[in-house]
Amino acid sequence: MPTSIPEQELMEPGHTACQGCGATLAMRYVLKALGKKTVVSVPASCWAVIPGAMPNRTLDIPMVYTPFAATGASISGLREALDIRGDSDYNVVGFAGDGGTADIGLQSLSGAMERGHNVFYIMYDNEGYMNTGVQRSGSTPYGAETTTTPVGLDRNFKKQQKKVVADIMMAQGVPYVATATIAYPEDLIRKVQNAKKVNGPKFIQILAPCPTGWYYPPEKTIGVSRMAVQSRMFPLYEYSSGTFRLTRPSKPVTVREYVQSQKRFSHMDEDEIRTLQEEVDRRWESLLEKETH
Amino acid sequence: MLVPLAETSSRANHTGLWRTLKPVIDYSSCIRCEICWKFCPDNAINLEDGRTTPAPNQKVTAFSIPVIDYDYCKGCGICANECPEKCIEMKFEEE
Repeated sequence: MPTSIPEQELMEPGHTACQGCGATLAMRYVLKALGKKTVVSVPASCWAVIPGAMPNRTLDIPMVYTPFAATGASISGLREALDIRGDSDYNVVGFAGDGGTADIGLQSLSGAMERGHNVFYIMYDNEGYMNTGVQRSGSTPYGAETTTTPVGLDRNFKKQQKKVVADIMMAQGVPYVATATIAYPEDLIRKVQNAKKVNGPKFIQILAPCPTGWYYPPEKTIGVSRMAVQSRMFPLYEYSSGTFRLTRPSKPVTVREYVQSQKRFSHMDEDEIRTLQEEVDRRWESLLEKETH
Repeated sequence: MLVPLAETSSRANHTGLWRTLKPVIDYSSCIRCEICWKFCPDNAINLEDGRTTPAPNQKVTAFSIPVIDYDYCKGCGICANECPEKCIEMKFEEE
């Protein structure tokens, strides 16, 4: 029986990710879609430690480590250098976490996208600085408890809404922008392959649930990822050459059900869940409007 | 051709030692859907020829079977949780 996703594996076992890691699945699917002729640039993030220490490698392709804020600059340079060498058929991929994209690497990303290099920027979004011990990032959703937003008696959970970098990229006019998640690998791989056809900058945001930082049992990674889409906490869309397509979940669930699946939200009361639900609904309506324009 | 600078594969790292729960596949009810292979974050499930392995019916015998590589499986349990036939059981290592 032919498999529903490419059989080729470019990520090897033996890496040092946590049990049930979502970010490793994101890398595995992206490389399945892009194939062997790919160069990956990784800033400080979980993926900087997952491959293990030198001389070990987990990826069968070249991987470059860059400073935290320089993913966009490094992929721009790699692209131009490879073009001069005559290696234009290589895919250049920046693979950064949400801290390295939404907070620290945003100006570098924005610059690379504006200059229009033919590169991929993949943001694997685990909604916090998970590698350094679960600190809050701009991409952490409202209500989440992290080590820098501890609930305690003062209820200092994150009070701000999630900053969605894919929306920023769309507003900036990047030719290809998509969101995907690991629970739907066929959709994720199709989006990466669609992006490959676009000659220009491509941005894909992949939700990669983190059992360590979201405090849920590791076997639930796929379930939580699926629920994020069904509850509209993380809507899946694809924006290509001016057309916007939003994926409607077939079995919707409420934000309450999603929130109850993870311990990072366990302190939330009815009012706080309602605030989150209202924000999710508001964002969904604004995405529906984008589709009609 | 561009190749990685690091020559040793992380296969040298036997992460199976981390495991406390071990997934065991019951092939007699496995329908070969390959969902466990698709969702394995450790890439520790391989697809192998399964023509002589017990199967729930004749139709699926020609398809490849998922085989867990216990050298690398960290025992996260995603495979057992996502299996539509519930034919993967998580057993304690001591058993």
